[in-house]
Amino acid sequence: MFRKIAISAVSALALTTSVAFGAGTEGHIEDVAFSFEGPFGTFDEHQLQRGLQVFTEVCAACHGLKFVPIRTLSDKGGPAIPEDQVRAYAKQFTVVDKDTGEDREAVPADLFPANTGAGAPDLSLMAKARAGFHGPYGLGINQLVKGIGGPEYINAILTGYTGETKEEAGETFYENHAFPGGWIKMPPPLADDQVTYQDGHEATLHHLSEDVSAFLMWTAEPKLMARKEAGFKAVIFLIVLASLLYLTNKRLWSGVKGKKHA
Amino acid sequence: MAGIPHDHYEPKPGIQTWLHKRLPIVSIAYDTLMIPTPKNLNWMWIWGIVLAFCLALQIVTGIVLVMHYTPHVDLAFASVEHIMRDVNGGYMLRYLHANGASLFFLAVYLHIFRGLYYGSYKSPREVTWIVGMLIYLAMMATGFMGYVLPWGQMSFWGATVITGLFGAIPGVGPTIQEWLLGGPAVDNATLNRFFSLHYLLPFVIAALVAVHIWAFHTTGNNNPTGVEVRRTSKEEAAKDTLPFWPYFVIKDLFALAVVLLVFFAVVGFMPNFLGHPDNYIEANPLSTPAHIVPEWYFLPFYAILRAFTADVWLVQLVEFVTFGIVDAKFFGVVAMFGAIAVMAIVPWLDTSSVRSGKFRPMFKWWFALLVIDFVVLMWVGAQATTFPYDWISLIASTYWFAYFLVILPLLGVLEKPLPQPATIEEDFKSHYGNPAE
Repeated sequence: MFRKIAISAVSALALTTSVAFGAGTEGHIEDVAFSFEGPFGTFDEHQLQRGLQVFTEVCAACHGLKFVPIRTLSDKGGPAIPEDQVRAYAKQFTVVDKDTGEDREAVPADLFPANTGAGAPDLSLMAKARAGFHGPYGLGINQLVKGIGGPEYINAILTGYTGETKEEAGETFYENHAFPGGWIKMPPPLADDQVTYQDGHEATLHHLSEDVSAFLMWTAEPKLMARKEAGFKAVIFLIVLASLLYLTNKRLWSGVKGKKHA
Repeated sequence: MAGIPHDHYEPKPGIQTWLHKRLPIVSIAYDTLMIPTPKNLNWMWIWGIVLAFCLALQIVTGIVLVMHYTPHVDLAFASVEHIMRDVNGGYMLRYLHANGASLFFLAVYLHIFRGLYYGSYKSPREVTWIVGMLIYLAMMATGFMGYVLPWGQMSFWGATVITGLFGAIPGVGPTIQEWLLGGPAVDNATLNRFFSLHYLLPFVIAALVAVHIWAFHTTGNNNPTGVEVRRTSKEEAAKDTLPFWPYFVIKDLFALAVVLLVFFAVVGFMPNFLGHPDNYIEANPLSTPAHIVPEWYFLPFYAILRAFTADVWLVQLVEFVTFGIVDAKFFGVVAMFGAIAVMAIVPWLDTSSVRSGKFRPMFKWWFALLVIDFVVLMWVGAQATTFPYDWISLIASTYWFAYFLVILPLLGVLEKPLPQPATIEEDFKSHYGNPAE
C-alpha cells in the first residue's frame, strides 16, 4: 500500500514538474533523464558514439561543429573512439590547409569543418546556448540535478514536429511545438530507423534524437566528466579542511570563551 | 600608526635592526597582522577575507586566461573555446573566473549590508566606507567589461546597452559614448580597450583595498555592539580585543573554507547556472536577442534604471522644469548612479547617535525592508517592463531612495534607542561568560 502511494506521489511530482518546465518557455520542452545529469552523471560513451553516427549521417549535411577538434573523438570522458578509427573518420572531411592554402583531407588535428551552406547554425555549443528550462520559479537551480536543459531543448525540437507545413515568402516552414513561435525552417531531420546503428542498437526516432542530443552535450562541454571529478576532489578536500579549521578554531577560542549562556 | 594601543614589533639586534632602520617592512606586517580586534565580532565579519580571496582568485585565474585569450572580434569567441577544450585545466580556470565574479559580488553585497546594519559607516569610519564604495564601483566596471570579453551575444548587446547610458547625457552624451566605444558602435576598438581596462582595474582595486584596510586599521574595527574599544591603556584595550592573528585568521579561514565548499560545488556541478545561454552564441551585430539581461549582480540597479519611464509624473515634472534637457532616459541613468551615490553618502544622512542597529528598535524594521527591497529589485530587474513589473520596480526604487534620504535622517530624531552595553568586554561576557566558569 505504502509503495503504491509512494509511486503515485513520485509520478504526480514528475508530471507537475515536467509541466512546469514548459510553462515558462516559449516552446514545450520535456525533461529527459540523460546519463550525464546531476553531480554523479557521466557520459555513456556508446551513446556518444551512436550520436556521432547520427550527426555524421544526418546533421552534418547542413550543420557544422567548427569549434570541435576531430582528435577529441578519441578522448576518455568522450566518445573514446580508437585513434586509428578517428584518423579514418577524419578523411571524409575536406579542409583548407593553413600553410598551402589548398584543399586536403582532414586529419584528427583539424577542427570539424564549419558548414554554413544551408544557413543552419553551428552545433558545437548548441546544448549550452539554449535554456530548455529555468525552474523552479525561474531560478534555474534544478540544473544541479536535471542538467543544463540544452540537450532537452535539442531533443524536443527533433521530436516536436506535428507534420504541418506552411509557405511564407517562398520558404517552407514546419510546425514544431518545441520551437519558439511554433514554426521552424528545418525540415524534420529524423525518422524511425533513418540510421542503422553500427552497434545494432534500436533506432526509433526517440533513440536517434536522444543519442544525438547527448552527443551535442559532449561537443558543447567535452570536459564535463573531468570537471565533475575535480568538483568532487575540491568538495571532499574542503570538507576535511573546514572540519580541521573548525576544530582548531574551537580549541583556540576555548581559552577566551566560557560556557555559552543560552 | 594611530589607533588602539598594543604591543609593537621590537627588532632584535643584528639583521632585524639593520633592516628595520632602513625599511620597517616587518614592523608594518607585524602591526597589521597583530592588530587588536574586538573580540565580539560575529560571523558577518568574515566577508572581508572572502573578498580578499576573491580578488586574488580573479587576478591569478585572469592572468593565466589572458595567456590564451585573443582580444579580437573575429578570434575572441574561438579563443575562449580554445581555453575550454585545448588548454590544460582551461575549462576550470574559466569557470572559476566566471563564477568567481559572482562570489565576489555576493560577498560584497553581504559586506555592504553588514556595514549598513551595524553602522560601520559612521564616524570615525567614513573614509573606510567611501573607499569601499569606490572599490564597489571599480568592481562593477571590471565585472561589466569582463563580461564583454568572451564576445558572445550578451557580451555584445550588454556593451551596447550600457555604453548607451552614457549617450543619454544631454549635450556631450553621444561624444562620450563614441569616445568610450572607440567608434560609432561596439566593435574591435571597444573590445580592445575593455580588455586593457579589465586587466588594469583589478590592480586599482588592490590598491584601494590596501587603503580600505589602512583606514579601518587606523580607526579600529567596528563590532556588533557599535561600542568603541577602550583605548586609555594597553591593558584596558586588551580586555575588549584579541589580536587578529591567530584568533580571527583561523576563524575567517574556517568561514572561507565553508564558503568555498559551496563555490566549488557550483563550479564543479553547475558552472553555467549563473550565466546566460545566449553568451554561448557568438556576437552578431545583426541579430538582437529577445531579452537583454545583465548579470545577476547588476539587476537591482538595472531595475532602478528602467523604473523611471516617461509616464512617471516625477520624470515629467523634471523634464518640464529643465526644458526637456533631462528626459526619461537620462533621468533613469541619474537614478541608477544616484542609487549608489545615496549609499555612498550615508555617513552624513544617518543622524542617529547610536551606531549598531541592534539597539535601534525602529531602524531594524526599515533596514529589514531595505534588504527585502534589494532582493525585489534584483528579481524585477530580470522581468519584462510590463504591468505589474513596472509598478513593482517603481515602488521598490522609490523605497531605496526613501530609506537613505528620508527614513535615515528622520529616525535619528524620532527613535528612542535601547540601552547599550558599556564595554565590548561586558557584551562578550554576557554571551560567553568567563573561561573559568
